[in-house]
Amino acid sequence: MARYVVDVMPKPEILDPQGKAVLGALPRLGFAGVVEVRQGKRFEVEIEGDATPDSLAEVQQMAETLLSNPVIEDYEVHLA
Amino acid sequence: MRVGVVTFPGSLDDVDARRAVRFGGHEAVALWHGDHDLQGVDAVVLPGGFSYGDYLRCGAISRFAPVMTEVIEAAGKGMPVLGICNGFQILCESHLLPGALIRNDHRKFNCVDQRLRIERVDTPWTSAYSAGQEVTVVLKNGEGGYVASEEVLDRLEGEGRVVARYLGDNPNGSLRDIAGISNERGNVVGLMPHPEHAVEDLCGPGTDGLGFFTSLAAAAFA
Repeated sequence: MARYVVDVMPKPEILDPQGKAVLGALPRLGFAGVVEVRQGKRFEVEIEGDATPDSLAEVQQMAETLLSNPVIEDYEVHLA
Repeated sequence: MRVGVVTFPGSLDDVDARRAVRFGGHEAVALWHGDHDLQGVDAVVLPGGFSYGDYLRCGAISRFAPVMTEVIEAAGKGMPVLGICNGFQILCESHLLPGALIRNDHRKFNCVDQRLRIERVDTPWTSAYSAGQEVTVVLKNGEGGYVASEEVLDRLEGEGRVVARYLGDNPNGSLRDIAGISNERGNVVGLMPHPEHAVEDLCGPGTDGLGFFTSLAAAAFA
């Protein structure tokens, strides 16, 4: 079984209100010195068979078409 | 005309949209997300709500619903398609419209009577309005912030494809106060506010939204 991780993050220029909410909460909990928080998503995708260039390409295709929206998000795929 | 309104799992405003279609003088046809069938309608409305629970991203899963294959194909041939709120999000996810909608910049859900300026009136959904007309309809959204690259925003403005803009305080952080846009041809319109909730005096802020549904007839006989 091949296990891939897809990390999806809002593009740097896109406002991330969820990250901002977390950033606002941390000082209240006593975590000082935090200057920025960005919130993204992590997907773990298991594929039948061994990891191959083909299965990697397939997961990249999934990331491109469904797991991320390329208009507002960047993604990275790597083996778990 | 026969106007289809698609119901997705989690659609909220499909019944109101069908009612508004009837108030606009048309036959409303209920369409189902799981059918590869538009039942021969002349136009389609994608209604508001939280289709598929807004899982993954708003509209991301609905965009691949079976009926969307037919909607995208028909839109490409010029069929009028109106996406309201969640429907606007689905149109962006489908790449029928550029840009995307993200969480409101103030992070709260909005539910207000919103003033708008209608700017593009040569679409089948807005021809009943006059250019620059100010209207008040309901706005209710949690993820209504319209974003796109500067290049795309410039192109939308340059080509006159901003259909409606927010007046007064920007309610959700939408870039350039954009409330609605269209594709190049003008047959596909996405709108974050809800004209279907403003079609009769009994409830809602008036009848300013009715024009979105009477425009179809005007367009058909133009």
